Amino acid sequence: MAAPQRLFDIRRVIGGLFLVYGLILMVTGLFDSAQEIQKAEGIRINLWTGIAMLVVGGAFLLWERLRPSDAPSPSDEEE
Amino acid sequence: MPDAQLLAAQDLRLDVNVLDYAILALYFLVVLGIGFAAKRAVRTSLDFFLSGRALPAWITGLAFMSANLGATEVLGMAANGAQYGAMTLHYYWIGAVPAMVFLGVVMMPFYYRSKVHSVPDFMRRRFNGATQLLNAGTFAVAQILIAGINLYALALIMDAMLGWPLWLSILVSAAIVLAYITLGGLSSAIYNEVMQFFVIVAGLVPVVIIGLTRVGGFSGLGEKVKQSVLGEGGLHTWAHTAGTGNPLNANWIGLVFGLGFVLSFGYWTTNFAEVQRALSARNTNAARLTPIVAAYPKLVIPIVTVIPGLVAVVLFGDLGKDGGPTYNEAIPLLMNEFLPNGVLGVAVTGLLASFMAGMAANISGFNTVFTQDIWKAHINGDHPDEWYVRLGRIATVVGVVAGIGTAFIAAGFGNIMNYLQSLFSFFNAPLFATFIIGLFWRRMTAWAGFWGLLSGTVCAFASYILYKAGVFDFGTELNASFWGAGIAFVVDAIVSVVVTLATTPKPESELRGLVYGLSDASVSDDALAGDAAWYRSPVILGAGAVVLAAAFYLPFL
Repeated sequence: MAAPQRLFDIRRVIGGLFLVYGLILMVTGLFDSAQEIQKAEGIRINLWTGIAMLVVGGAFLLWERLRPSDAPSPSDEEE
Repeated sequence: MPDAQLLAAQDLRLDVNVLDYAILALYFLVVLGIGFAAKRAVRTSLDFFLSGRALPAWITGLAFMSANLGATEVLGMAANGAQYGAMTLHYYWIGAVPAMVFLGVVMMPFYYRSKVHSVPDFMRRRFNGATQLLNAGTFAVAQILIAGINLYALALIMDAMLGWPLWLSILVSAAIVLAYITLGGLSSAIYNEVMQFFVIVAGLVPVVIIGLTRVGGFSGLGEKVKQSVLGEGGLHTWAHTAGTGNPLNANWIGLVFGLGFVLSFGYWTTNFAEVQRALSARNTNAARLTPIVAAYPKLVIPIVTVIPGLVAVVLFGDLGKDGGPTYNEAIPLLMNEFLPNGVLGVAVTGLLASFMAGMAANISGFNTVFTQDIWKAHINGDHPDEWYVRLGRIATVVGVVAGIGTAFIAAGFGNIMNYLQSLFSFFNAPLFATFIIGLFWRRMTAWAGFWGLLSGTVCAFASYILYKAGVFDFGTELNASFWGAGIAFVVDAIVSVVVTLATTPKPESELRGLVYGLSDASVSDDALAGDAAWYRSPVILGAGAVVLAAAFYLPFL
């Protein structure tokens, strides 16, 4: 198949970026001051967003691993 | 730029710290990294312009969606949500989804299977070279003007959020967009588009969650909207549209025919920046699924645009009033209000990335059309392939520089959303009329295509000028663009019919694969294993999207 399929898979890029972002936010969230939590209506928003991003990032990496797009049969991805 | 705007912008200064900058910097390192990686993969001009026609439907579908989720989409729709309330939902459920499904189900086979590389190229095949040149010329101008809007909006936000001066923000953003498109062409632009889509959602969802918590959930939001300037009308979409006693001052005929049919079908089905995404799909079925896959996220995008708009109008009493912040500032205001450092960085990154994706889509559309449909088709077509790849890169530089110029034009307009809608009525509405008649009426002649398109464009432009001069009274600027689109459509249709009757049609042999009912038997079936499954059927998935759109209206009648 054509070259762009061999570009590093977008799922790996998004997954990686989200893992790093998630980690940064989660650590930040753990050390958020009372004032910052107050600002977000009492929600530890950094912590929760961080966890959510870790989950989404992990899901992308898992998807990429389970169904790599350069498999010989193109009957792979969908939604 | 008027002083009033500068002051308003300076009032809003986000408290970004080193953590937020690190998140922003990380994103752009990844973006440029993709550009470099893509550059090594680009071999031929087909690779550069259409990503080698190798991408699966889920990537092209998200790219299709993301190409639309630019500056005006996020800020503009939140602004509309604050200004017009739930009626903004029309832009999604009647103004986008049906047209996206129609593009996938009905029109995409003609685009994809005729192996055209662009919408103007299709015009050449169906009509003639003059129609192609006219369409390519207006498209190139429109893309540069819209790129200017995206660049201006981006710079305005950088200025307001990060405290950078406007001119510096414009130059820096232009440089980044330029870097990643010239390096990797469409592949790089598409991959980045998909990425920014997820980042902006990650940045906006926390705003929505905290915003809803503050106002007391959905029921609290409903109660408070009723008490706000919007009143009861802010919660309904179709109520009182028999007359004009609703926040949008629009009646249902205007909504269905003007927005739902002419403007929306015109935008989604002929806007090459969008269609180009589907042309890079790996086969006909993936191309048809592209806009349909995109229709599903489009259904729920209002959660991160319209809801923040409503929350903003409830929380900020002076929003949109004289001396208060403008409606365009709804989302930045909420970010400022709710988000601590960290999530704030993600939201800022998502917003900046989304503006860049919009601009990148305009520029990559421009460089394809300029290189292939203007230069190669009408000036000189004898060069080797690599020569056009190089010309495409030069066109990208020229496009970005011209976009810097038009950014300063956009700065002169008070409301960028209305400016954009006017542009759509000039360029997309007549194109859609020519396209749809040419597709379903095989007798329509080559010159009918040209004259219909020209007269439609001129009339839409004339109606806008006459509205500006006070000759026509359409009430609001937005309503004027609905009418301009309608006039363009009708004039284009009449001229096309009249010219057709006076000229000789093209022979059927030249129209195979380009008009409805005349299939081209020489094009082989490119279906892949698994395409027959119901979950890859464009008709079933398309019908599903339309049914959901209708169902989503129920709580907001």
